[in-house]
Amino acid sequence: MDQLLINPDYPYILSTLIFLPLAGALLLLFIKNEDFARYWALGITTLTAILSIPLVVAFDTSTSQYQFVEQVSWVKSLNIQYVIGIDGISILLVMLTTFIMPLCVLASWTYIKTRVQAFMICLLIMETAMLGVFMALDFVLFYILWEAMLIPMYLLIGIWGGPRRIYASIKFFLYTLSGSVMLLVAIIWLYVQNGYSFFIPDMMWQNYSSTAQILLFLAFFLAFAIKVPMFPFHTWLPAAHVEAPTAGSVILASVLLKMGTYGFLRFAIPITPEATMILGPAILWLSIAGIIYGGFTALAQHDMKKLIAYSSVGHMGFVTLGIFVLNTAGVEGAILQMLNHGITTGALFLCIGMIYERTHSRELSSATGVGKHMPIFVTFLAFFSLSSFGFPATNSFVGEFLILAGTFEYSIPLALAAIPGAVLAAAYMLRMLQKIVWGGTDNPDQSWINDLNLREIVTLSPFLFFVFWIGLGAQPFIDLIHVSVANLLDNYHAFHGQAVAVADIILH
Amino acid sequence: MQFLPELTLLGAGLIIFIVSLGKTNADTTRNVAIGLGAAVFVATLLSFSQTGKLFFDAYQVDLYSQVFKTLIAGAMLIVLLLGKDLKGIDNSVRPEYYLFLFISVLGLMMLVSSVELLSIFVALELSSFAVYIMVPMRSDKGNQRFQMEAGIKYLLFGVTATGFMLFGMSYMYGLTGSTQLSVIVEKLSLMYSQPAAVVAMMMVLAGFFYKLAIFPFHFWVPDVYEGASNETTAFIASVPKLAAVALLIRLVSLINGEGQVIVNVLMVCAVLSMFYGNLSALVQKDIKRMLGFSGIAHAGFVLLGILTFQITGYANALYYIIGYVVMNLACFLVVCTVSQKGENVMIEDLSGLHKRSPFMAFTLAVGLFALAGIPPFVGFMGKFMLLTSALKEGYLLLVILAALNTAIAIFYYLSVVRVTFCNDPEERADVSSSLLTNAASVFLLLVIVIMGVTPQRFVDFASSAVQTIM
Repeated sequence: MDQLLINPDYPYILSTLIFLPLAGALLLLFIKNEDFARYWALGITTLTAILSIPLVVAFDTSTSQYQFVEQVSWVKSLNIQYVIGIDGISILLVMLTTFIMPLCVLASWTYIKTRVQAFMICLLIMETAMLGVFMALDFVLFYILWEAMLIPMYLLIGIWGGPRRIYASIKFFLYTLSGSVMLLVAIIWLYVQNGYSFFIPDMMWQNYSSTAQILLFLAFFLAFAIKVPMFPFHTWLPAAHVEAPTAGSVILASVLLKMGTYGFLRFAIPITPEATMILGPAILWLSIAGIIYGGFTALAQHDMKKLIAYSSVGHMGFVTLGIFVLNTAGVEGAILQMLNHGITTGALFLCIGMIYERTHSRELSSATGVGKHMPIFVTFLAFFSLSSFGFPATNSFVGEFLILAGTFEYSIPLALAAIPGAVLAAAYMLRMLQKIVWGGTDNPDQSWINDLNLREIVTLSPFLFFVFWIGLGAQPFIDLIHVSVANLLDNYHAFHGQAVAVADIILH
Repeated sequence: MQFLPELTLLGAGLIIFIVSLGKTNADTTRNVAIGLGAAVFVATLLSFSQTGKLFFDAYQVDLYSQVFKTLIAGAMLIVLLLGKDLKGIDNSVRPEYYLFLFISVLGLMMLVSSVELLSIFVALELSSFAVYIMVPMRSDKGNQRFQMEAGIKYLLFGVTATGFMLFGMSYMYGLTGSTQLSVIVEKLSLMYSQPAAVVAMMMVLAGFFYKLAIFPFHFWVPDVYEGASNETTAFIASVPKLAAVALLIRLVSLINGEGQVIVNVLMVCAVLSMFYGNLSALVQKDIKRMLGFSGIAHAGFVLLGILTFQITGYANALYYIIGYVVMNLACFLVVCTVSQKGENVMIEDLSGLHKRSPFMAFTLAVGLFALAGIPPFVGFMGKFMLLTSALKEGYLLLVILAALNTAIAIFYYLSVVRVTFCNDPEERADVSSSLLTNAASVFLLLVIVIMGVTPQRFVDFASSAVQTIM
C-alpha cells in the first residue's frame, strides 16, 4: 500500500466532506419551512467549503501518493472497500466542487420558488456524490457514486427545468447511463484479473493483453466521452444545459463534465496505457473536431444558454486535447483548464440565469442593451466573457496556453488545427457580449430592469476573484498538480518504452 | 415446533373458513386476516432455528427452508397490508379470497421444505390451485370479464408446465429408482452424459421456470398480471417467486456443474428472458403488464446466479430475489393505493403523482430506480454481484448481454418516473394512503436502501443458508 498516505492530522476529513451534505439532506426531509431550507442548505454547503480548506493547506506537494486516505472494508465477500484519498489530479476538482456549491444555493435563492426543500435536498445529495466520485479509490465505490448522481440531477432538470425539461432530462439520463453500462463490465473484468480486488491503484500499469486493453479503453471511452462530452457524443449537453435551472446548469458545466476528463486521467491512461498509445491520436482529432464544431455552432445560437453550452463542447475539446498529447505542459494545462472551465462557464451560466430571472427569456434578442440599465452586471459579464475565450491575464489564457504549448510539442499540424477554435471563441463571446451590453437600434425597452442586488454580487465575486488569481498567478495551482502529473507521465513513458522495446524484439 | 408455521397457516385457513360461513363485515374479515398473517410471521420466527426431518424424510426443516418460510410469511404480510382494502374483490367473497391466499402460502411453505419428488409435486399443486381460483375472483364491475380469461390462461399454462414436470419426475424415478432428492443426487451425478438424465432435469426445471416466469414458460405473465386484481397480482409477482427460486436452487445444486448441456440451456433461457422481458416492457401502457415483463427480465438475471453452480452464485441469486420481491412490492403498494376502486392502473394514471401524494411518488420512484439497478439501492448490488459471480466463471459474453439489458430496462422504468414527477396531474384526484400503508412503504424503502448499502450481512447469511443444503 505504498501508494497511500494517511494524514494523521486530519483523519476523517474526506469522509466528513462526503457525508456532511448527505446528513444535511436527511435532516431537510423532515423540515417543512422553505426559508429554513434555503439557509440550512447554504449553511451546510458553506461549512463543507470551509472544512475543505485544510486539504489545500496540508496537501503535500512533493509526493504523488494519495493523501488523506481512509480505508475501511465494506463488502468483505467481494473485497469492496470504502477507500478514499486525493492526489494532485483530484484536489483541484474537489475544491472546485466544495466552493461552487454554496454559490449554487445562493443562485437558486429566488430562482426556485416551488418545492424548495426538495430542490435543496437534491443539491446536497449531488454534492455528496460528486465529492465521492473525485475521492473514491475503489472502483465499485466510484461506480456507485457515479451512477447515483444521475437521480438527483435527473430530478433537478425534470422538475425545476424549462419547458422542454422532460425531453432533456430523459436524454441526459439515458445517454449517461447507457454509456456507463460497459464500464461496469470493465470493472468486473479488472476485478477478476487483479486477484479479486477493486482497488484502483493496483489496477494501474499492469500488463493486460493488447486486445483486452483496447476493449477496456473503448468501455472507458464510451462512459467518459459521453460525460465530457466529446464530439460526437455531445448532443445531450445542449438540451440538458438549456433546460436545467441555473444551479443545475452550473453543476453540470462546472463539475459533471469534469468527471469525464477526470476519468480519462484516472482510469483510461494508467489502466490501459497501450491502448492509449494506439487510440490516442484518434481522440486528439476528435477533440479538434469538437473544438471547431463547438465554436461554429456557438456562433450561430440565439439562445444564450445554448451558446454557452456549445462553447463548453469547444472548451472541453481543449481539455481532452491537452490530456492526450501526454506531455507535462499538455496535461497540466488540461487539469488547470478543467478548473478554469468550471469557474468561467459556471459564472457565465449564473449571469445568464440572472438575466433570465428578470426577463424570463433566454433569447439573446430580448436581452440586448441591458448594459445601460445593469452596469454592474455587464462588468462581471465582460470579465467572464474575456476569460472564456482565453484573454491574457485571465485564467483560461494560462490553461489554453499550456495546452497549445503541449500540442505544439506533440505535433505542429495538430496545434495549427486547434488555433481556429480560439479565434472562434473570441468571435462568439464578443458577439454575445456586444449584444448584451450595447445591442443595436432595435433594443427592447429594458428600463424596468434592476441591476444586481447584493446577493447576486456576492454570488459572482468569488468567480471573478479566481479568474484573476489563476490568470495572474497560476503557480500555486500548478504546484499542487505537478508531482502527480509528472508521476503519471513518467509511468506512462516507462510503459511506452517497454512496449517499444518489446515491439523491437518482435520485429527483429 | 418444526411444523409450527404450516400448522399456524392451516389454523388460519380454518378460522377464515369459519368466518366465511357467517355474514361479517369487510373490516372484521380484514382485521382477522391481517392478524392471522402476523401470527404466521411470528410462528416462522419462532421456528426459525429448528432443524429436523419429518414424514419419513420427505420433509426437511433446516436453516435454508426456515429462511424462505420467514421471507414468504413476511412478503405475505406485506401483501395483506398493501391490499388491505381489497378494492378489486367483491365483498361477498373476501373471506374465501383470504382462505385461498392462506392455502396457497401453505403450499409454498411446504414446497421449500420438500426434499422428495412427490411432496414437491403435492406442495406445488396446492399452492397453484389456490391461486388459479384467486385470479378469477376479481369483481367484474366493468363487466369486462378479462379476469376469467386470465384465470383460464393461468390454469392451462400451469397444468401444462406441471405435466412436463411430472413427466420429468417419472424419468428421474426410472433412472434412479427413488424419489428422494438425496438418493437422486448420487445416482444422477454419474449419468449426466446421458440424454435421458438431461431431459429429466430440464423437464422438472420447467415446472419452476413456469412459476418464476422464465422464457419459454412466461406466456401467462402479461395477461394474468393484467387480468387479476391488483392485490392478487402483487401476490403472484412476489411470494411464489421466492419459493420457486428456493426449489430451483435445491434442484440445480443436484447437478453440481456436471451437466454442461444444462448450463448452456440455462444460459440461453436467461438471455432470452432478459431480452424478451425488457424489449416487451418498453411498449406497455398498463403498469402491471410492464412490471410483469420486467419480472421476466429479472427472472433471467436470477438464472445468471444459479447457472454458476457455485455457493456464492446461489447466495447472490437468493439475495437478488429477496431484493426483487421487496422492490416489486414497493411498486405494487403504490399501484394498489393509486387504484381508486380496484381498476387497473395505466402508466398515464400516475401523472403528477408527486403532487397528488408525494410520499407514494417517492416510494414508486425508489422502487423503480431500484428495479432499474441504479445505486445505492438493492437492485444495483444484486445485479452487480450476479454479474461478478458470472464473470468469475468466465461467462464474459453473458455478462455483456446482461449489462446491455440494464441499459434497455432503464428506459421504461424512467418513463414511469417521468410521468409521476414531470407530468401535470390535470383533473386526477388526490391519492390518500392510510397510516398502515405508509408504515409498510417506509419499511420497504428502508429494506431497499439498507440491503443496497450494507449487502455483506445479507449475503453471508444467504451463503450460510445455501450451505446447509449442499
